[in-house]
Amino acid sequence: MKDDNIKKVLLLGSGALKIGEAGEFDYSGSQALKALREEGVETVLINPNIATVQTSEGVADQIYFLPVQPYFVERVIEKERPDGILLSFGGQTALNCGVELFKSGVLEKYNVRVLGTPVQAIMDTEDRELFVQKLDEIDVKTIKSEACENIEQTRKAAAELGYPVIIRAAYALGGLGSGFADNEEELNKLAEKAFAFSPQVLVEKSLKGWKEIEYEVVRDRYDNCITVCNMENFDPLGIHTGESIVIAPSQTLTNSEYHKLRALAIKIIRHIGIVGECNVQYAFDPKSEDYRVIEVNARLSRSSALASKATGYPLAFVAAKLGMGYGLFELKNSVTKTTSAFFEPALDYVVCKIPRWDLSKFRGVDKELGSSMKSVGEVMAIGRNFEEAIQKGLRMIGQGMHGFVENKELEIPDIDSALREPTDKRIFVISKAMHKGYTVDDIHELTKIDKWFLEKLKHIIDIDEEMKKCNINTLDKELMHTAKVYGFTDFQIARAVGLEQELHSMAKAGLVVRQLRKNYGILPVVKQIDTLAAEYPAQTNYLYVTYAGVKSDITFENDHRSIVVLGSGAYRIGSSVEFDWCGVQALNTIRKEGYRSVMINYNPETVSTDYDMCDRLYFDELTFERVMDIIDMEQPYGVIVSTGGQIPNNLAMRLDEQHVPILGTKAKDIDNAEDRAKFSQMLTNNGINQPEWSALTSMEDIDKFIDRVGFPVLVRPSYVLSGAAMNVCSNEDELKRFLQLAANVSEDHPVVVSKFIEHAKEIEMDAVAKDGEVIAYAISEHIEFAGVHSGDATIQFPPQKLYVETVRRVKRVGRQIAKELHINGPFNIQFMARDNDILVIECNLRASRSFPFVSKVLKINLIELATRVMLGLPVEKPSKNLFDLDYVGIKASQFSFNRLQKADPVLGVDMSSTGEVGCIGNDTSCAVLKSMLSVGQRIPEKNILLSTGSAKQKADMLDAAQMLVKHGYKLFATDGTSKFLTENGIENTHVLWPSDPDDGKTPKALDMLHNHEIDMVVNIPKNLTSSELTNGYKIRRAAIDLNVPLITNSRLASAFISAFCTTKLSDIEIKAWGEY
Amino acid sequence: MRNVTLVLEDGTKFHGKSFGYDQPVAGEVVFNTAMMGYPESLTDPSYAGQLMVLTYPLVGNYGVPPFTIEENGLATFMESDKIHASAIIVADYSEQYSHWNAVESLADWLKREHVPGITGIDTRELTKVLREHGVMMGKILFDDEPDNVPVAMYEGVNFVDRVSCKEIIRYNEGAGRKVVLVDCGVKHNIIRCLINRGVEVIRVPWNYDYTDMEFDGLFLANGPGDPDMCEEAVAIIRKQMSKSTKPICGICMGNQLLAKAGGASIYKLKYGHRSHNQPVRMVGTDRCFVTSQNHGYAVDAKTLGKDWEELFVNMNDGSNEGIKHKTNPWFSSQFHPEACSGPVDTEFMFDKFVEALK
Repeated sequence: MKDDNIKKVLLLGSGALKIGEAGEFDYSGSQALKALREEGVETVLINPNIATVQTSEGVADQIYFLPVQPYFVERVIEKERPDGILLSFGGQTALNCGVELFKSGVLEKYNVRVLGTPVQAIMDTEDRELFVQKLDEIDVKTIKSEACENIEQTRKAAAELGYPVIIRAAYALGGLGSGFADNEEELNKLAEKAFAFSPQVLVEKSLKGWKEIEYEVVRDRYDNCITVCNMENFDPLGIHTGESIVIAPSQTLTNSEYHKLRALAIKIIRHIGIVGECNVQYAFDPKSEDYRVIEVNARLSRSSALASKATGYPLAFVAAKLGMGYGLFELKNSVTKTTSAFFEPALDYVVCKIPRWDLSKFRGVDKELGSSMKSVGEVMAIGRNFEEAIQKGLRMIGQGMHGFVENKELEIPDIDSALREPTDKRIFVISKAMHKGYTVDDIHELTKIDKWFLEKLKHIIDIDEEMKKCNINTLDKELMHTAKVYGFTDFQIARAVGLEQELHSMAKAGLVVRQLRKNYGILPVVKQIDTLAAEYPAQTNYLYVTYAGVKSDITFENDHRSIVVLGSGAYRIGSSVEFDWCGVQALNTIRKEGYRSVMINYNPETVSTDYDMCDRLYFDELTFERVMDIIDMEQPYGVIVSTGGQIPNNLAMRLDEQHVPILGTKAKDIDNAEDRAKFSQMLTNNGINQPEWSALTSMEDIDKFIDRVGFPVLVRPSYVLSGAAMNVCSNEDELKRFLQLAANVSEDHPVVVSKFIEHAKEIEMDAVAKDGEVIAYAISEHIEFAGVHSGDATIQFPPQKLYVETVRRVKRVGRQIAKELHINGPFNIQFMARDNDILVIECNLRASRSFPFVSKVLKINLIELATRVMLGLPVEKPSKNLFDLDYVGIKASQFSFNRLQKADPVLGVDMSSTGEVGCIGNDTSCAVLKSMLSVGQRIPEKNILLSTGSAKQKADMLDAAQMLVKHGYKLFATDGTSKFLTENGIENTHVLWPSDPDDGKTPKALDMLHNHEIDMVVNIPKNLTSSELTNGYKIRRAAIDLNVPLITNSRLASAFISAFCTTKLSDIEIKAWGEY
Repeated sequence: MRNVTLVLEDGTKFHGKSFGYDQPVAGEVVFNTAMMGYPESLTDPSYAGQLMVLTYPLVGNYGVPPFTIEENGLATFMESDKIHASAIIVADYSEQYSHWNAVESLADWLKREHVPGITGIDTRELTKVLREHGVMMGKILFDDEPDNVPVAMYEGVNFVDRVSCKEIIRYNEGAGRKVVLVDCGVKHNIIRCLINRGVEVIRVPWNYDYTDMEFDGLFLANGPGDPDMCEEAVAIIRKQMSKSTKPICGICMGNQLLAKAGGASIYKLKYGHRSHNQPVRMVGTDRCFVTSQNHGYAVDAKTLGKDWEELFVNMNDGSNEGIKHKTNPWFSSQFHPEACSGPVDTEFMFDKFVEALK
């Protein structure tokens, strides 16, 4: 039964999205809050991630945009006095914070009970030594690892275990600071890094080549246990599970193997004493039933989010209820609503998760996959066979691939080594190898991937080869049907039979096949995910589309009341939880207005793919073909393409050509904004300034243009989002590099080069218009000067340092553009401003990344407004605007460079942040401090290392340096910076660059970092030439690898320094969102 | 692969391809929602006379283990000495398999044992038809032999008699306590679970009168078909109960026979329980278990005699999942504590039984 003494509960979120800890915790936190509210419990949430759904109005009773750190959590506890706390819904961040609060006695002091799994159980699973001991007690085999406290011990342990060994840092997020070492030299490097993250480092024998299997286990306080799902990694052990393609349920395990591991999982969870949910990972011998337990996560995890979506069993929701004291038998299956929550889902489909990497966004990064996680997002594909699921999945990851076959030819110089040493492209290397005649055995030998998976992939190749023998006239119905059943798109078929070449158009070729297919009567069906494989009737709205079936599970009303919202797809750099928030807000509004809300999306980390959030969820592709399939069946009233970022936006024109009713701004107007030439012409016609620009068709043209305007230039191809979309290039090198990247992503649209203005402010306008008239807007200002990608920049809202005249001009231009493009719905314009001159950089007729941030700071839900506009409902102009706010919001970016080995943690060229936070403060300093601490910066204790770039940047930093000295900080500076500071009378110690000759002089910058003598590094690159970057790179990389806070922008560094020098931690007000 | 059509009693047709033995077949069409364990299920005698539909679409992935027989006469990896299901119906048969312990493909095994197998069926839709209509008879016909139509009956056939042993078989002779095992179509893992607990097992035909034998406990095994066809066995159980209070334990059909002996009646479920995920609750406790099940009939708990009570109930539909006598050590489960295939969480039933023998 429910514990009635718990009336108020504090839930810790996971903060900004980072590699290894991403959107899945928005989903699990949202579910937990929903479960608590259903019980009438008052909820308090701490999470600085303002773009999440869980931090939206009405999800929790009190929301604090504060760092999830012991100091702040204690202060919130002091203020709110909750009866209970939930630690397992906010990833490792919340868990670690909770353990610290427990250890320091804070929870006891304030009489806060940890709900669900007891802290002791958490510690037993987190501390490797305790964990092994605990499992030894019940004779469960673990990977024997030696816990070491120093490098000497790790060397000894490795020698005893025998190489190869794996190194892990204890208490670290998803494999942070871990890796494989084949010899002592590699071990030394890895161990040093690992010790920077944790005082305890573990050395283990490597089990490369074993299968990796996971179970999601649930236990209630009555000791009832179930395993909700098991999953098998396509990639054998050695690749982090977050980097692996994962299949659910397991495919290659016999009954005896499956149940052996299942029984062990239950034995473990009972012995450890979990109450709620946990995940058990196994290494499993492919040649016997031998196993090792790799780890147990005593909390909701990436895998549990995936398992929830894969099965329809809401793990986080149930775990929260169990934390409140319920038994599983007291809860209902939320899909069938009639059967018990105590059961194990039976799947009648197969699910395939594929990670999404963005490694090409990072300079110098190691592309090899290994034991530490690098992917930034993931997709989940559902099919009635493996081939269908994996082909869907490979399209979903959005890397321009059409499936397993019929992709652009990859250039792989050495296929053998590309198979042996996995990278983000390995699955496509397998495709290439198979086409080249490698046998399944050959590939198995090189990859150790189970032959079953390889045989299935070979099956796709066989179908493809069969089709290649045909042309469109000889392709028979049966073969086409087979191809569709095994996941081929119309376009893949068109390309296989040579139709694309014949028609010189991808789009046309696909449409020809589509028509022929329909003539043959080959149509997809819609199936439900019902947790019980159709054993019981279920009114579930959780759906997927497949060709491997004869009849749909649902019937369509054809009442013209469906509104289809296109989701944002895989999280990647430039598009993540903020668009999920937008999608969810649109769904909420649609529902509230009495329409049927229909979501199409395939990202298992999201709230928008929670089947509770809409009336019908298609967990499926956002390709033109699949969206058309669904529209053919749904016959919707309209489709919303403007809340899911660039993926749906890019579909607008093609959907419009098929006469799909697009709600909001017309497709033609979207094109007028996306097409640079048309957009520029419109600006010119209206007397709106823009940077001088030219459309690039040849290298010659662009050289001529640059000769005239000079570097730096801004380069952007049409129709792409983030990173590759818009870049500042300050020299020939960069330009060439970027153009290569851009040419890859966009062949059909010209690349535009424009003059870039240095030291200009960057301003954003997020707004909603109705019939071309702006009805609500938010203008925000970047702290960094233009040149830092807007996705990486620190943004303040309302703007604090803009001239009133500038704001007036921004508003005027915004109004003009809205009118010219007949905007109906959300839009975003980016400006550069110098003095009072404002130039339009770009305009998107869709919601932008900053919509949740400005909506929440302004407390006006811009998406709700926009959705009402798109639905044609009356809207009133909100009575308040940004000038009414007497507080400040700061949005800061979260970087994950510590995950990306060797990547240069420098900003500018491509967007590289993986997440963001948004904090509100009474003044700028408070807001800056809160947000910077939230993204992992620390207020330095004593020593600060400065290398402050060019003369201009050095001058920019002068005030900040002075302030630091005044506040008792000790400055260390590299050559030029040291001279400059001394010349300006600022006390500092000169330190040597890595490249300075080793003539016994000290101190050396790198040594100081390695000895942990530096508390903060400000390192600003002069420009981005590779020679300039070497020295700075070493320092920046060392700071990241040794976990020393690093800032690489002078404006941001100044703002942060000024904030912590003028405001003490204790001065920061602890106010809930609602209190501003 | 030859084209085949599955025709249900109500006329519904599903088209697929034959991957097993090419021969038309008829039987009762039942669905099983387990996601693995096809070698165990196919050799489970309780599937005699049935066309087994697997709702999990991918089948054949890990091939088939060797059909070796241990010294004690039990199959190493199987649940009896042959395939008992009349056919297997799947959505996506995996022609290639991969497993260290596999010696042949599922297709080769089916062909060897002359059992049809069909693939390419929308088994989810088929399951929904069966769920809505209730189990039906069905026929697998070969499209190129339209006149070759098999006939079969399910109801009214004594399948227990077909699959039960014909003579007494002893296992673990001289080991200790003696258990008489009434073979209604016993799965080998029931025998393994007993002999692993150090008892001697005397396996007798389903209608054998063991009441004069020397033994310490009685075990009533699982089996196919309608328990009302097994009145002989029920009468012998009643006789035993009137003679002695020696421990009795039953599984599945055993639960139904014990209930009948205790006066209860049996009814046929609309579409049965065949899966690895059936939740049961021990009556009067907070203890719940995930169980493996395979039955088409159930005990009507309302008709239990006054000396009996329910031991377990199904948490989904409230049907009976086990009974126990109020005073004597007689108890049984509708589910399969021996698993194989399925979860092993209720193996304690064997411990309880063996403990009671002392």
